Amino acid sequence: MTATAVTPRPRGRALPVTDLSLVVLVGASGSGKSTFARRHFKPTEVVSSDFCRGLVADDENDQSASRDAFDVLHYIAGKRLAAGRRTVVDATNVQQDGRRQLIELARKHDVLPIAIVLDVPEAVCAERNATRVDRADMPRRVIQRHTRELRRSLRHLEREGFRKVHVLRGAEEVEHATVVTEKRFNDLTHLAGPFDVIGDVHGCAAELEALLGKLGYVDGRHPEGRTAVFVGDLVDRGPDSPGVLRRVMAMVKAGDALCVPGNHENKFGRHLRGRKVQHTHGLAETVEQMDGESEEFRAEVREFIDGLVSHYVLDGGRLVVCHAGLPEKYHGRTSGRVRSHALYGDTTGETDEFGLPVRYPWAEDYRGRAAVVYGHTPVPEATWLNNTICLDTGAVFGGKLTALRWPERELVDVPAERVWYEPARPLRTEAPGGHEGRPLDLADVHGRRFVETRHHGRISIREENAAAALEVMSRFAIDPRLLPYLPPTMAPTATSHLDGYLEHPAEAFAQYARDGVARVVCEEKHMGSRAVALVCRDADVAARRFGAAGGETGSLYTRTGRPFFDDASVTEEVLGRLRTAVTEAGLWDELATDWLLLDAELMPWSLKAAGLLRSQYAAVGAASGAVLPGALAALEGAAARGVDVGDLLGRQRERADSAAAFTDAYRRYCWTTDGLDGVHLAPFQILAVQGRSLAALPHDEQLALIDRAVEHDTTGLLRTTRRLYVDTADPESVRAGVDWWLEMTGRGGEGMVVKPVGALVHDEKGRPVQPGVKCRGREYLRIVYGPEYTRPENLARLRDRFLGHKRSLALREYALGLEALDRLAGGEPLWRVHEPVFAVLALESEPVDPRL
Amino acid sequence: MFLTISTTGSPQRPATDLGFLLHKHPEKAQAFSTSYGTAHVLYPEADAERCTAALLLEVDAVALVRRGKGKGRGGAPDGALAQYVNDRPYAASSLLAVALSGVFSSAMRGVCAARPELPARPRPLHVEVPALPARGGPGLVRRLFEPLGWTVTAEPVALDAEFPGWGDSRYVRLVLEAETLTLAEALRHLYVLLPVLDDAKHYWVSPDEVDKLLRAGEGWLPGHPEHKLITSRYLSRRWSLTRQAMERLELVRLAEADDSDVEEIDNAVAAETESEERPTPLAVRRREAILTVLRASGAARVLDLGCGQGQLVQALLKDPSFTEIVGVDVSMRALAIASRRLKLDRMGERQAARVRLLQGSLTYTDKRLGGYDAAVLSEVIEHLDPPRLPALEYAVFGAARPRTVLVTTPNVEYNVRWETLPAGHVRHGDHRFEWTRGEFRAWAAEVAERHRYTVEVVPVGPDDPEVGPPTQMAVFTTGAVKEAKAA
Repeated sequence: MTATAVTPRPRGRALPVTDLSLVVLVGASGSGKSTFARRHFKPTEVVSSDFCRGLVADDENDQSASRDAFDVLHYIAGKRLAAGRRTVVDATNVQQDGRRQLIELARKHDVLPIAIVLDVPEAVCAERNATRVDRADMPRRVIQRHTRELRRSLRHLEREGFRKVHVLRGAEEVEHATVVTEKRFNDLTHLAGPFDVIGDVHGCAAELEALLGKLGYVDGRHPEGRTAVFVGDLVDRGPDSPGVLRRVMAMVKAGDALCVPGNHENKFGRHLRGRKVQHTHGLAETVEQMDGESEEFRAEVREFIDGLVSHYVLDGGRLVVCHAGLPEKYHGRTSGRVRSHALYGDTTGETDEFGLPVRYPWAEDYRGRAAVVYGHTPVPEATWLNNTICLDTGAVFGGKLTALRWPERELVDVPAERVWYEPARPLRTEAPGGHEGRPLDLADVHGRRFVETRHHGRISIREENAAAALEVMSRFAIDPRLLPYLPPTMAPTATSHLDGYLEHPAEAFAQYARDGVARVVCEEKHMGSRAVALVCRDADVAARRFGAAGGETGSLYTRTGRPFFDDASVTEEVLGRLRTAVTEAGLWDELATDWLLLDAELMPWSLKAAGLLRSQYAAVGAASGAVLPGALAALEGAAARGVDVGDLLGRQRERADSAAAFTDAYRRYCWTTDGLDGVHLAPFQILAVQGRSLAALPHDEQLALIDRAVEHDTTGLLRTTRRLYVDTADPESVRAGVDWWLEMTGRGGEGMVVKPVGALVHDEKGRPVQPGVKCRGREYLRIVYGPEYTRPENLARLRDRFLGHKRSLALREYALGLEALDRLAGGEPLWRVHEPVFAVLALESEPVDPRL
Repeated sequence: MFLTISTTGSPQRPATDLGFLLHKHPEKAQAFSTSYGTAHVLYPEADAERCTAALLLEVDAVALVRRGKGKGRGGAPDGALAQYVNDRPYAASSLLAVALSGVFSSAMRGVCAARPELPARPRPLHVEVPALPARGGPGLVRRLFEPLGWTVTAEPVALDAEFPGWGDSRYVRLVLEAETLTLAEALRHLYVLLPVLDDAKHYWVSPDEVDKLLRAGEGWLPGHPEHKLITSRYLSRRWSLTRQAMERLELVRLAEADDSDVEEIDNAVAAETESEERPTPLAVRRREAILTVLRASGAARVLDLGCGQGQLVQALLKDPSFTEIVGVDVSMRALAIASRRLKLDRMGERQAARVRLLQGSLTYTDKRLGGYDAAVLSEVIEHLDPPRLPALEYAVFGAARPRTVLVTTPNVEYNVRWETLPAGHVRHGDHRFEWTRGEFRAWAAEVAERHRYTVEVVPVGPDDPEVGPPTQMAVFTTGAVKEAKAA
């Protein structure tokens, strides 16, 4: 007893205040609002009108600045509420008009307005003000007016719209009150499940029992402790609404289930409370079935329905369940319109040919990170759209009853026993859940943006680069659904200082050795054009998985997303040959997939670069070939006459040799093709398959898989990629790598790419190392740096090249590419996959030396 | 790059007078440094009968690229100069013209201190330019030089003998012969016409270029039948150059990333912008037809989707009943031109409040486009690949959903009435398709059905009894308007 006696009982009142709300302090000047706010809330939660007056007028007591000061106050409070932060307004708020504006602000942001009134005697207020220098000359009548207005307000506060009103009477009560933060009813983020979210039941008691059984529930309880979550519309239309209610209410009561209300519960609840409602849309059936039930059961149902919370935020904010779907800005919010949206959804205001309201396709706009699971709109199949899924598969209309296992994201369903109720309109995948070619939203790509990546943090995209990417993506690229990846740029190896070389593999091996990469693979460069191929097992897979609309079986596109061939039938021919090779090699089953995304090189270069060849490369060859013989003849003529032409003749002969070498260099990458005759495709990486990104699969395993497909190609389309593995710490192995390169480029080869065998490798600081560097051949570089780049004075100047930006760009684009693959493999919505793909294209328009 | 000038003579009037005229001694090889490299003058032959002067310009291609080093793509002012792989060291371009005027400046002016009587006398001249870049081909070369008194031989140079399928390059091997011209005239002809034929966008035109042209063209340019073409090509480069430096670089880089010519990608604005300055009657009729329908629909807030260079926006602005006009295009280049055309930066506040230009794309939905009375897609859909049309359809009719939508597109059947259009060709290089009347009607009907619009297709331009009008226009209206009218 003595122990408890020394602990004084808290004498003050405990005031419950919701964690996300707009708290409005009401009290005369001097009533102690600021002190109260300071004591019970974080300093950053409190916005005071005095402070705002000071901001706009340099004087906290300048009443002429009040209008501007309140503008600022409302602005700050609005920003905080939009971000989901509780906000306390420290102002007298004794006038109704001022409070009305704050209530509107709370409603605008769908948070609860709460009033805390400090009703302190006028004399106390006056006394306190008198001790403050800045308020000492405040006329007594001001405080008198405040008190008068406060008194007049007290009775109306709840009617004005405050959802909680705490009135503290007298300085004593103010002094001893405490504030208790309460969670919102809809905030169940602490529950992690696992859950089984169950779609609209509509009185189909037998189907519900069957589904619960299939999910593993035994008499309403799951042996592994799973929780069922009902999305509402338990009642109406079906054969046994009371039976369904009985089961669900028992489960909820026992803590084995959660339930949100549907519009049908809402209407039924009003009926139970004795309100007049139309007995349409299946309510008549429920009313009839309830006639046989006891008054006690009816009271229980009424109480159950009254107690339902319109939506829940679960599993750390990763899952939102409600009846009709909910945009992200309403998640965890509390207002009439949030409830209304959760129950009825949004409509466009139009009606369709069946007289039913046209639903606004909110899910198409949805960009939230939380999965929204809902029902309400009957659809034939439950499908994910932008991380939302509708589980109403029309059980009562003879469809099926569907559940979603969370976090597994597995669908479980049971068929309806029969058509219990004729639908007013046929079930169709109309608004949410459809896959019928709806485009992406500009807001997902346009302007200055940041893309979050797993491997490189936030990557920023500048506005002008996004603008250029938008033009190319819109005017030239293929359908974004078939464009799930764009290849990153690759940096060259560090500049070589070896005599006669600008690039040399010794630098690449040394760089990787410094990065701690022991084993690298050298892959020959094919000098074609980069191509990405999406190959599906058949057109059906392409349609189902990627939404291909025109019967295509995949896509084949360039590094800016343009179709490789103008003629779609040629693309299909390439995809067909690839598919056959993959099938023959048995890769579909081995990789457990029905589609592959491949990174490849398509040859010859002249196939796609024809325009560039004509305007630039061959043109230089033609001009040099036309002019140099004449110039040499002129010089020889002058020299023969005894004119001293100095070393000019020698230099021109050298120039002629360089020009000839240049022409030879580009010719190696040109040949004539006829249809697909002469066309070759060299895949060098399988980027992703169903459910998995293979970007981190080591290159030796990658190449082994690809080799098997190449071996099984009988058409001559596929080409293997020659390779050599090098141990960067072993001088012998490094020498072999250099020799291999010298031999290959000596025969006119383009060069090679050096990659860590482990593919996705991090340095000791945990950052990804360059996924590959290119070492281009000495002759090949004439195409890049001009015919005469090998002249010593030219090489000396060209060595002064800056690689930093290119290397950074290569890493950023690589991270974006990985991100696109991860999002694709994770089955994320199209806009999420498109975002990093678009960003790669945007980055490609960054200013960087194009010869690197 | 290289050219030779030869003359013939006799013991009385020796060919070696060429040395006096050019101010360069025939027995010496001389070098002169110019801003792009070293120019050499030497004589492969020099006697009384025949004398040839050769001008050889050693262009430093590396210096050319690195000249304007700095921000951007290697710093050079435009795409072609930024390439190390560059025909400038070989072809007789504008750089050679600059060298010509620098090395032979007194000869060009017709001054010869030692033999003042020589410059005024015509002499037999033979000029060879082995690789002359000639946009317009040998035909244009003849049209430019023949009226000046030259006998012209212009043979096209093949691109690559190993790939005959690639055809001819843009170079010609040019031989000019004349008996009646002075050397000064010949040099001035070359000085002006080499860059005109080159017509590439890689010549830094200085502000005094007009004066230079007037001086060099004195006595021959005003009467030349092609003087308009010569003047506009000679001077137009300055405009394109600055524009390129300002606006094209992002697209240049994307083209480079994909081994493409920048022209393949940066083609939203037609090269021949003059034709747009003097609109063809069809474009005017199209705008009139659009304005008529818009007025009848009672629209006040109008979207011009694919506004291009802003001609329709300009027309809409003249009618105060259109209170808000939004031009949308995906091409920043087109929007910049539209902004200049509308003089947006100098427009009064009240007018400026009525108009906005936005970059946007019709293959994405765009919330900024919601809630308008009407949208116009004039000559837009045919610039989209057919597989992308459903996206446009949804963005416009499903998402933006203005009450009235006007879509115009060419009627391909009418193309046979176009005398200048080769059979089977589309009207614009970027047209991905052109539809018959039947195809357009079918598409319009499907769109209307899917998105609950009513549609009417009307002709624009003369409605040919056999092939129909040159342009077809679909007028889509939402049910809401129909009901409102009925009520």
